[in-house]
Amino acid sequence: MSTHSVTAGNPAAVLHHFDTAEQQRDAATLGMWLFLITEVMFFGGFFTAYICYRHYYYDAFVAASHTLNIPLGAFNTAVLICSSLTMAMAVHSAQLGQRKKIVTYLLLTMLLGATFLGVKTIEYADKFEHHHVPGPNFSFPGVENAQLFFSLYFGMTGLHAAHMVVGIGVMIPMLLAAMKGKYTSDYYTPVENFGLYWHFVDIVWIFLFPLLYLLGGHLTPGGGAHH
Amino acid sequence: MSAQNGSGETHHIVPVKAYLGVFAFLMVMTVVTVVVSWVDLGIFNTLVAMLIAVAKAIAVVMIFMHVRWANKLARLFVAGGFFWLLLLFVLVMMDYFQRATLGF
Amino acid sequence: MSTVSSTIPEAKPNYLTSDFSIKSWLLTTDHKRIGILYLISISLMFLLGGILAGLIRLELLTPTGDVFQPENYNKIFTMHGVVMIFFFLIPSIPATLGNFLIPLMIGARDLAFPRINLLSWYIYLVGGVLTLSAMALGGVDTGWTFYTPYSSTYSNTYVMLTALGVFVSGFSSILTGLNFIVTIHRMRAPGLTWFRLPLFVWGHYATSLIMILGTPVVAVTILLVALERGLRIGFFDPALGGDPVLFQHLFWFYSHPAVYIMILPGMGVQSELIAAMSRKKVFGYEVVAISSVAIAVIGFLVWGHHMFVSSQSWYAGLVFSFLSFLVAVPSAIKVFNWTATLYRGSNAFLTPMLYAYGFIGLFTIGGLTGLFLSAMGLDVHMHDTYFVVAHFHYVMVGGAIMAFLGGLHFWWPKMTGRMYYEPLARLSAVLIFVGFNLTFFPQFILGYLGMPRRYHAYPEEFQVLNVLSTAGATVLAIGYLFPATYLLYSLFKGEKAPANPWNAKGLEWEQAPSPPPTFNFDHTPEVHEPAYAYAPEKEKEVVHS
Repeated sequence: MSTHSVTAGNPAAVLHHFDTAEQQRDAATLGMWLFLITEVMFFGGFFTAYICYRHYYYDAFVAASHTLNIPLGAFNTAVLICSSLTMAMAVHSAQLGQRKKIVTYLLLTMLLGATFLGVKTIEYADKFEHHHVPGPNFSFPGVENAQLFFSLYFGMTGLHAAHMVVGIGVMIPMLLAAMKGKYTSDYYTPVENFGLYWHFVDIVWIFLFPLLYLLGGHLTPGGGAHH
Repeated sequence: MSAQNGSGETHHIVPVKAYLGVFAFLMVMTVVTVVVSWVDLGIFNTLVAMLIAVAKAIAVVMIFMHVRWANKLARLFVAGGFFWLLLLFVLVMMDYFQRATLGF
Repeated sequence: MSTVSSTIPEAKPNYLTSDFSIKSWLLTTDHKRIGILYLISISLMFLLGGILAGLIRLELLTPTGDVFQPENYNKIFTMHGVVMIFFFLIPSIPATLGNFLIPLMIGARDLAFPRINLLSWYIYLVGGVLTLSAMALGGVDTGWTFYTPYSSTYSNTYVMLTALGVFVSGFSSILTGLNFIVTIHRMRAPGLTWFRLPLFVWGHYATSLIMILGTPVVAVTILLVALERGLRIGFFDPALGGDPVLFQHLFWFYSHPAVYIMILPGMGVQSELIAAMSRKKVFGYEVVAISSVAIAVIGFLVWGHHMFVSSQSWYAGLVFSFLSFLVAVPSAIKVFNWTATLYRGSNAFLTPMLYAYGFIGLFTIGGLTGLFLSAMGLDVHMHDTYFVVAHFHYVMVGGAIMAFLGGLHFWWPKMTGRMYYEPLARLSAVLIFVGFNLTFFPQFILGYLGMPRRYHAYPEEFQVLNVLSTAGATVLAIGYLFPATYLLYSLFKGEKAPANPWNAKGLEWEQAPSPPPTFNFDHTPEVHEPAYAYAPEKEKEVVHS
């Protein structure tokens, strides 16, 4: 430790300013968690708006929520949970240095992520058809303030979907690196940290699904709520 | 360096069984949350839905994201992050929920 | 500069001389070089923001709006605020001095993520270019706060482009904070425990927490405004049932703690200056350290005091008012402890210390007037008057910029390897102090008398005080021009600086030459003593030039 030399002495994988691989890995993991905390706060703004407006316009929110497709939402939830499992397995394989398995699980994760986005596209298209997209063409007869629900719906699911797109984008070079055998049981920090990101995106959806789709499921559409 | 404390634990290899257990739990809970939403529990519908979501999130954070095996520092940051979000909610709600009782 | 000789051989090239190519600067991952890059960028931004401030004072010299059209005046004060807050004050101390010094102070070879550090500078540049291009195209007139519904619906100026610039630059701030936290946790030298860390590092740790926890919220708030303005996806529009006050909640959730992003690093600098220049350990070191984190935490709970007259519920106002008083406690602790440190210290009257003295007085005034404003009843009277303007300039300029200049002078020999010309530096410190007070003290009175902020014209009875304020601004501007010249001059003609010209404690002074080599230390230092171990019997003479 006290006899560090800049030019030599470190294993290739350890960058110049770290002393050990352990320290480097620890720093990367901590950094990733801090990044995820910023993500939590980022989504937090949307959730705050959701809480306030739902409190004010509960009836409108219930009526608007009833137009969402619960089977599709539930299917997508299941898809994301599966992708979280495959992601966890990809990290697990990386820890054990099983190169082929990393590739397989990463591919599966990407496929499931793409499936989610595909289903989401179908749902969005439906909203466009029914003029439920906020803006000048919005129409939701009989219910005031329903537009706020759809603003939040598109804002939150859109931001979530954007995170999925970024995630799939990041997985492409990772997949190529895994194919080349870059990740070993000694070096798999990128896979591990990306796994954290992917699970985080899953957690966001775990909250979005009940808040947006299942709101007031026991009430008749547009009916008199008493909350 | 001095700041290393039991960092080997952060990279615990979790048995596949644990992953499968969490997976099964998440799937079951998804079905439960949909079914429960159709039952009229009064004001408790939201509460139950949120409790289920929190339980699912905790399972993901602890097992899939390895926090159960992480060092104290990582746990502190994870808990702190969610606590801060709660702070944002609570202080904003302090305004809105009271404003509503006085008339918007 | 002759009494102290360096014990460290200066044979090897330092971080400035290791490579002279432009590419080596633009692609550097050395935290010291990135600190210098930031220093150049924020200095240019400060110049720009300062010119805009000068234009404001020019218009307010006379009661009638005779220099600028009202619309243009609105754009000028908006751009002054945006440039100064997002592109100067927030990155000022952390990205320059913090970047340069944190690894040196904790005995590390670099920050934990050197490439991310460079990325943060480029992101800052992109944000700056976006905002400046908005300015060049015609500016923006919403005020730096971007309040809805004006910003989202009615303003016909370049709101989107400016907001995008601010949004982008937020990520540079997030990355800097992330880097600092990981570095301070994971890269400390052996023996350097938390309560041996210099208070500068504690201040930056607290700042970084705010950057991580707060900045994303303002980012998403700007995103919401952009969605509403650009895609008509409404969130705050009252026509849809939206609530503009929600914007204020989300905006101030970041922007009030952002005040502490600006002042906490300054407080860290202040502790270093006072300890080194009074030859004493900072009084109540642990309490000062903890109070930094306390300010960061409590600072998140007080934002509602910006919204007392916004139709926020009276109950929320009451709670926010009470909590705002609480945040004064850790700030006061710091001021008391600095004063106690000075007591019976061998207090020098060198330039950095002059700034430190200035800081104590001005920050105290700024802080105490903050208490006026956090009292809900009184704030109804003071809200949006020049009293508020004077208050936050006492904290931001009297506090943060004083500390920045003090720190810049103190570490200038370490950063550049050159001494600046002391007599001129002292003169400019005095000029800045006098000019500052002459500019902003009259504004307290103006505000108390009821002059509202953000207007280009005012009733005639306010003219005398406004003339005083403009005169002060002139002195202040001249004061700022001095360091800009003699510091640059010192780069070429300044006396060569020894490793430790102030005979100060700390790894950056005792273990690294001036300027330090690329990887800071030949050997990872080991720490065996607490910070500021200025034992009286071992004390050497403080250097006088």
